[in-house]
Amino acid sequence: MTDNKDTGGGTPPPEPTATDGTDGAAEAEERTPRRVIGTPSPAESRRLLATDDGGEAAAGPQPGEDIDEAQARKAERIVATLFVITFLASLGFIVVYVLSGRNGGMHGVRRAMWSNYGLGATMTIAFLAMAAGITIWFRRLMTAKQIIQERGDLTSDAESRQAFTQNFMQGATDSGITRRPLLRRTLLLAAAPLGLAPLVLLRDLGPLPEKKLRHTYWREAVEQARRQGRQGARLVVDGTYTPLRRSDFESPGGMITVVPEGIDKLPNILDEVAKAATIVINIPQDKFQPVKGRENWHVGGIVAYSKICTHVGCPAALYEQTTHHILCPCHQSTFDATKGAKVIFGPAARPLPQLPIGVDDQGYLIALSDYDQPVGPSFWERG
Amino acid sequence: MNWITAWRRRPWAGYAVVLAALAAIGAVYAGFSPADRAEASNSARAEQDLNNGRQLFNQNCATCHGPSGQGATDDKGTQMGPSLIGVGAAAVDFQVGTGRMPAAGPGAQVPRKPQIEQFDVSSKDPEVAATARKNLEDLSAYVASLGGGPGIPAGEQVNPEGADLALGGKLFRTNCAQCHNFAGSGGALTGGKYAPSLQNSTPTQIYEAMITGPQAMPVFNDTTVTPEQKRAIIGYIVQTREEPNPGGNGLGRVGPVTEGLAGWLIGLGLLVLAAMWITSKKPSKLKKPND
Repeated sequence: MTDNKDTGGGTPPPEPTATDGTDGAAEAEERTPRRVIGTPSPAESRRLLATDDGGEAAAGPQPGEDIDEAQARKAERIVATLFVITFLASLGFIVVYVLSGRNGGMHGVRRAMWSNYGLGATMTIAFLAMAAGITIWFRRLMTAKQIIQERGDLTSDAESRQAFTQNFMQGATDSGITRRPLLRRTLLLAAAPLGLAPLVLLRDLGPLPEKKLRHTYWREAVEQARRQGRQGARLVVDGTYTPLRRSDFESPGGMITVVPEGIDKLPNILDEVAKAATIVINIPQDKFQPVKGRENWHVGGIVAYSKICTHVGCPAALYEQTTHHILCPCHQSTFDATKGAKVIFGPAARPLPQLPIGVDDQGYLIALSDYDQPVGPSFWERG
Repeated sequence: MNWITAWRRRPWAGYAVVLAALAAIGAVYAGFSPADRAEASNSARAEQDLNNGRQLFNQNCATCHGPSGQGATDDKGTQMGPSLIGVGAAAVDFQVGTGRMPAAGPGAQVPRKPQIEQFDVSSKDPEVAATARKNLEDLSAYVASLGGGPGIPAGEQVNPEGADLALGGKLFRTNCAQCHNFAGSGGALTGGKYAPSLQNSTPTQIYEAMITGPQAMPVFNDTTVTPEQKRAIIGYIVQTREEPNPGGNGLGRVGPVTEGLAGWLIGLGLLVLAAMWITSKKPSKLKKPND
């Protein structure tokens, strides 16, 4: 770049504060930045950071091409336009805010949607235009000069350290903390509970779930049915809460989500459904291979598994009637419904718990007991 | 290699590389995403005067399903098509009416596609459409005659007007949303299978799918989910298509995957370009106007 003589038009000549002596003095005067108070001059910086960069920055040609004044004026107009756009968009934001609050606030999803669009768009335009304006200003109008900032020693000098030590010891002596042990100890006593206070706050993470995760509402439902002289709790369809007959569920390949009867009368129905949700599947009997010890837990291939994945508790209910796989959509844990829902793929560690079901005298599908193990993901005390 | 070096040094080369990389990622993604618009197998068959169900069956179905619908295997003993005895008219109306059957070929999933001309009930040509409807009815009736099965639901059974949308939504979220997504946009299953989008399904097809359980879908028979409850589910599905998308583009309503993709490619891509622009070279000083 042969622009040594070209300056002076746009920029005032900077005051020379130091020269690096590697080139002509006139050039160095123009090149050297105005020194920021408190920073060492580049000339002295040889000691620590005076690398090739430093020398080049002060003397040699710098990266980037120079622009002429006409282009600079054009850029100036662009930046000014962008700033005016920011001004108008900001005013627009205020207008949208005031308008969307008329007649006493939001009414309905659509009104909120248009309000969001309006507020978001005006604010986006305002910030974007200002950012673009500042960037164009920086890139097209500001001139680049490299400044070297020297890093001093991090340690204080010996004199200061000596003085500090003296002051500290003097203070300790004056306060009498070494001479009056009672004060020292009571001060420590006073501070100790303050240190323990955050540990006490951890209590708010509790209370512990106690035994709530170990059983589901199936237990209460079965107990209640037994008290009424029935064999077990009926399976009712989730959503309609109608009991399900075996004859209602005869189609091979059928699947439905069920919950225990009576769960819809509970005040905390969502808490209980979260644990008790169960899928009932009708597997063709020639495909079904009951787990050892669970031969009586199904009704002619109609089998019930917990809907709560044993990995992290997502509803695992993507049942494929062709492959008899139950897939969990969250992390692709896959269970084989024909073999006691054993894990055949994915991160789940245990099979889905199986609910022992049977048929009562009136032909309804019933649960014979609660799940024999806690449903859902592992927890600390599960064992 | 000089031209490469020269090209690389151009001011816009960096932007071009970033844009090309983004486009390449997008193309790779598109390549891996399920292509549900399969090629139409409209091997322009000569229009023949076939309005008999058996003839249609022998022509279109018997290769895989056997001459009497009992199913068939190939030389190696692999099953080509399942038995159609007892699947009923609803299954035929669904499979052929959505273009899934006749299948273009074996695979994990038989996708929805335009119907072949004989069964092109949505054809713009009224004559073709009328013939197709007749063909479909004949074929359904023939397969039903092979051995029972659920029939095609009547128009009033699938009318979404006046259905109990709240109940339908509840049943849909409990029993359908896990595979078909909360807005009916579909989703992935195991081994290359997927639950299709419900956006283009007619109310009749939704009903037929529930009672017949096509492909991997479980069966929801009329005694487990009553016809009135099925109508509620249909009403809910039709209703969700009308829902607005507060807060921007719906992105297919398939959930966080597309949103993440858009965020990464568009959002992050623009940020990278902006960062490159901000930090690119700038003038060291101003020139005189007459220079």
